[in-house]
Amino acid sequence: MNDKVFKIILFAAALVIPLICGGVIYSLTIDASDAFSRFGFFEFLTSSEWDYTIDNEKYGALPFIVGTLLTTLLALLFCIPFSLPVSLFIGEYFKGRKIAELLGTVTDLLAGIPSIIYGLWGFYTLRPLIIALDISPQGSGILTASLVLAIMIVPYAASLSAEFIKMVPNEIKESAYSLGATRAEVIRDVVFPVAGSGIFSSYILAIGRALGETMTVTMLIGNTNQIPQSLTATANTMASIIANQFGEADGLRFSALIAIGLLLFLITAIINVIGKFLIKRARIM
Amino acid sequence: MLVNGMKMKSRLLRDRMCFILVCTFAALTAVPLLAILGEVFVRGCTQFSWDFITEPTPTALKAMMAMRAGDAIPGGIANGIVGSLIMLGMAAAVAVPVGVLCGVYLAENSKKRFAVVVSYLSDLLQGTPSVIIGMITYVWVVVPMKGYSAIAGSVALFIMMLPLIIRSTEETMKILPASLKEAGLALGGNNARVMLKVQLPAAFGGIFTGVLLAVSRVVGETAPLIFTALGCSMVRWEIDKPIAAVPLLIWEFFNDPNLQELIWGASLFLLLFVLCLNITAKYLAKKWNK
Repeated sequence: MNDKVFKIILFAAALVIPLICGGVIYSLTIDASDAFSRFGFFEFLTSSEWDYTIDNEKYGALPFIVGTLLTTLLALLFCIPFSLPVSLFIGEYFKGRKIAELLGTVTDLLAGIPSIIYGLWGFYTLRPLIIALDISPQGSGILTASLVLAIMIVPYAASLSAEFIKMVPNEIKESAYSLGATRAEVIRDVVFPVAGSGIFSSYILAIGRALGETMTVTMLIGNTNQIPQSLTATANTMASIIANQFGEADGLRFSALIAIGLLLFLITAIINVIGKFLIKRARIM
Repeated sequence: MLVNGMKMKSRLLRDRMCFILVCTFAALTAVPLLAILGEVFVRGCTQFSWDFITEPTPTALKAMMAMRAGDAIPGGIANGIVGSLIMLGMAAAVAVPVGVLCGVYLAENSKKRFAVVVSYLSDLLQGTPSVIIGMITYVWVVVPMKGYSAIAGSVALFIMMLPLIIRSTEETMKILPASLKEAGLALGGNNARVMLKVQLPAAFGGIFTGVLLAVSRVVGETAPLIFTALGCSMVRWEIDKPIAAVPLLIWEFFNDPNLQELIWGASLFLLLFVLCLNITAKYLAKKWNK
């Protein structure tokens, strides 16, 4: 084959990605403009009304933004006490041993389970447990959704953090040991400061995953369109309101949902870009 | 001396505690995996049979009558299996060549500004929530075609597979020894020929593993299919009509009280499929790395 033709084919294939990304932003913006121009950009973000009765249509994204932030932050909080030990186990205590590999496989398999199955498990196992413990009467809500979400993001946070913990040079760890430090002290005073920015960035990427998770949250959050009053209350996230209503929406509601999709796209894009940037910087250091 | 000794003891104690805590909490992460696998296997096995994978989903009425009579619900998920395979096949048929070529481009031109941008955008697309991919496919395909279809579903799956295949191809091509290419060029092949006849065949194992992982990642996706493929209760081969998929069926069973009996069998099937793909990919990756 001619070299020039081959080069053109390669270039054309590479062009597909920018086309898709540009197309996504373009189409979402065009279809969202109806809702934005009707309600105003900032009013749309700060209004908490979601009413689709005909002639009285009012849409605001605030309840879903709040729902998304709450579930994501709570999931992150629940995830850290598990993902951090996993990454220390794999990257420091049992670095390179069979048992670390085994735990790595376990987290990989966790990452591979489809989100709808997490949702089923949360609905049929965790929800009755929450009702039995009398935490919330209906069982579903922000708390239930974030618990399952936390399990789903542990693998992402843990495997990337472990990579950075592994990269901490042996010489500095050894010099701390030679001064009489215990292993726990080495982890606190050497490993965390050196690998810290890498660990931090892996949690940013985990947040990016949690923000857009759809099916699990839709099945567990209870799907109500108000600003949640407590952590056990039912709510909706940006992703779950789309999953719930997009199929039946038209006109202004369609546009409002697209606008929420555009916001979610921009938020995850920003989070991912920050995460990737921090990771690149952490790798160089 | 005594004070020093006590201080030392408490430091050692803290070290021990830290180790025990790390091990305990790390071990605890295996609990949800075992709990989920256990529940799906135990509850799914009782529904699993040959009929379950060869019969289409029963209507709600049929299921209700069977339940009233105290029988097991007839039928299975054949429509979902066929639909999933058709959509995965169509998506992969486009995503593999485009993704591999794009990955090759990125590996060959890693210094060029355009390649850096494409690489960033590909990561961005990979991080995009799947529900947004579904939304955008609805706007791009379902609206112009005036209806849900298998084509729309496979476009959504294609967009999700593409960045995964690009990344794995790029990474595989980058670790190929440069001497391979040089040897090919020294024998008088031009760049294109060396790429097609030497480098790509050498990278085949890694690329294939990446494709398997990409398929396993998208086969369980539900959200984007809800507004593109919609679902259908019979086995269907036309690609311009609504079509079923295994994860879509699980979602349907979840929402329909009459069909809830079938939920665990379908989940077991999906889980087995995903795990098999994952383990095969892992095994191949290990073999390929040696």
